[in-house]
Amino acid sequence: MQDDDAPLAIDTFRPASDGRPNSAPFADLPNWNRISPSLRKIRQLEVAAAAVGCLILGTGAGILSGVGFLAPLVVAVVGVGWGLAAVYMWRRAGSWGYLEREQDLLVRRGVMFRRLSVVPYGRMQTIDVTAGPLERAFGLATVRLHTASAATDARIPGLNRCDAAVLRDRLSTLGEVGAEGL
Amino acid sequence: MSASPDRPWQRLHPLSPVVQLGRSAVGVLVVLAIPYISSSGGRHSGDYFDLAVIALAAAGGLISWLVTRWRVEEGTLRVDTGLIRRRHAQVPLSRIQSVDVVRPALARVLGLAEVRVRTGVAHDGDARLAYVAEEQAENIRADLLAWAHRVTLTQTQDLERPLASVSNRRLLLAVWLQGLVPLEFLLAVLFVIGGFVAPTAPDRSSLLGAAGVWLLLLLLAVASSLNSQLGFEVADAPDGLRIRGGLLGTVVETLPRPRIQAVRQIEPLWWRPMGWVRIDADVAGGQRRKGEDRGAAGQLRILLPVATRAEAATFLAEIAPGASRPRTAAPSRVRWKAPLSYHLLRLGVEPNWVSAATGRWRRVTTWVALAKVQSVRWSQGPVQRQMGIASVHLDVAGRQVGVSLRDRDRTEALQLVEQLADLCRVARRQLPSPIALPPLPIAAEDPQPATIEGTDSGPT
Repeated sequence: MQDDDAPLAIDTFRPASDGRPNSAPFADLPNWNRISPSLRKIRQLEVAAAAVGCLILGTGAGILSGVGFLAPLVVAVVGVGWGLAAVYMWRRAGSWGYLEREQDLLVRRGVMFRRLSVVPYGRMQTIDVTAGPLERAFGLATVRLHTASAATDARIPGLNRCDAAVLRDRLSTLGEVGAEGL
Repeated sequence: MSASPDRPWQRLHPLSPVVQLGRSAVGVLVVLAIPYISSSGGRHSGDYFDLAVIALAAAGGLISWLVTRWRVEEGTLRVDTGLIRRRHAQVPLSRIQSVDVVRPALARVLGLAEVRVRTGVAHDGDARLAYVAEEQAENIRADLLAWAHRVTLTQTQDLERPLASVSNRRLLLAVWLQGLVPLEFLLAVLFVIGGFVAPTAPDRSSLLGAAGVWLLLLLLAVASSLNSQLGFEVADAPDGLRIRGGLLGTVVETLPRPRIQAVRQIEPLWWRPMGWVRIDADVAGGQRRKGEDRGAAGQLRILLPVATRAEAATFLAEIAPGASRPRTAAPSRVRWKAPLSYHLLRLGVEPNWVSAATGRWRRVTTWVALAKVQSVRWSQGPVQRQMGIASVHLDVAGRQVGVSLRDRDRTEALQLVEQLADLCRVARRQLPSPIALPPLPIAAEDPQPATIEGTDSGPT
């Protein structure tokens, strides 16, 4: 599902031919699907909301406590933290990718802690499409896969709503066709 | 579905309310004890209160007995219970996975038994007939199995092949050396010594009281694990592994082999001098079902509570044919990341099994059947990225998450992920594998005894 207006920005999963040694498995496959860039905006909004909340609480406490330098210190700390978190979340939101192969679905994510999940179609038990309030505002949704194992954490956030529905239907059909017993 | 003769509606044994009452005795006693604890209540009203509570409980038991009935009709086992909210349970005979006869302590005294019918459905999929007379329980079990599998019970009993059993002497010793029990025992002894040595009387009594409570908790924990494991026997039957054990409640559980997702061998620290191990299995649908007694529930089924390494190896060859001990070591640079345990990290990949060994104090070796793998995950943290290593995880159904192949060289991890997905698919379809495994580097021989070779390599 190509998102045509998605800029191929910071890609933390470079292909192996790039010479970087620590790429994830399957990184050299060409048709990894990206997610919508609006997810980055959503994450920035979440980080901003958390930072503003900390700021208000911190400066309020600083002013109330009467200690002179506490309020500016809190502002400085929260400011630095906000900057770091914003950069980290930007890269992290850009690291999501998924790839539909013949027999299974690959989902990758992560910047510092990189992860890749391989879920065979025949093992998919339920596929949910959910959307929180921010996601709904931007017209996005999250597709979640469930297998019989509690540890399968494959989910794809930041898909367009209709793309998400189409993906869910396709995965359900493939899942039923290839369903194998427990 | 073979035609099963329709039977008329039957009631459970009239003494079942007594057993049900016995099982809820603790609750009843607590309710009875409340007025005594809050002292002041007069003796006269206290007596009536006690009688009222007992009468209420007895009436409840009687009513539930009256409204419960069961029969077999048209290939279905039907159980109706409940007065206000009727529950009609219908179990198609063809879905029955196993039928067990369970005898809790009180039921055994009265000559009763419970018949538990297990299906593959995780929640609310079981039917229980609690309680019927003992011989009738055996007959019901035989009939249900016959209709469900078209196999007569005498056949299954003749075909039962004992696999392993645990001597009670060994169990009695082993149960004291598990986990934190030795330390807790030591603490209790210290409390007692402190109690005798303490200079002042209040200190002495409080220390002795604490020691007493500690010892009581310890004994309860030990007793509960003994309760389910005394006289432990495992046998191989056509419908699965038959597990028997327990003193006060002889639980006969039949575990169909397809439910076993992963097998784990655990070598606790205190057992190392004796060379004892324990074998558990991770079972699908392992969530505790309603009404299952606590000994049998939980995320792991204990397949062999205590055994020597050689006995465990023979047992494993039976339940995990084709599996052998993992041999491939982790790259030596992992020493900097996991200094205590790196040289014990092992990995093994075979056509039908993947195994991993971890842990320094408590060595755990896990075997996962490739046919049971739900998903494959690869992960790499920042430290691992600097060192050029990664971890691969195989997830299975059941409450435990599966096996983690930790800290492998990144190329090896890449190979594993790419190949395991294919290997699992092939194992699921039981086709001969077209993929030739490249040879993984074999570590120096670890000092454990010889490899287990299974007699047949078919997936379990």
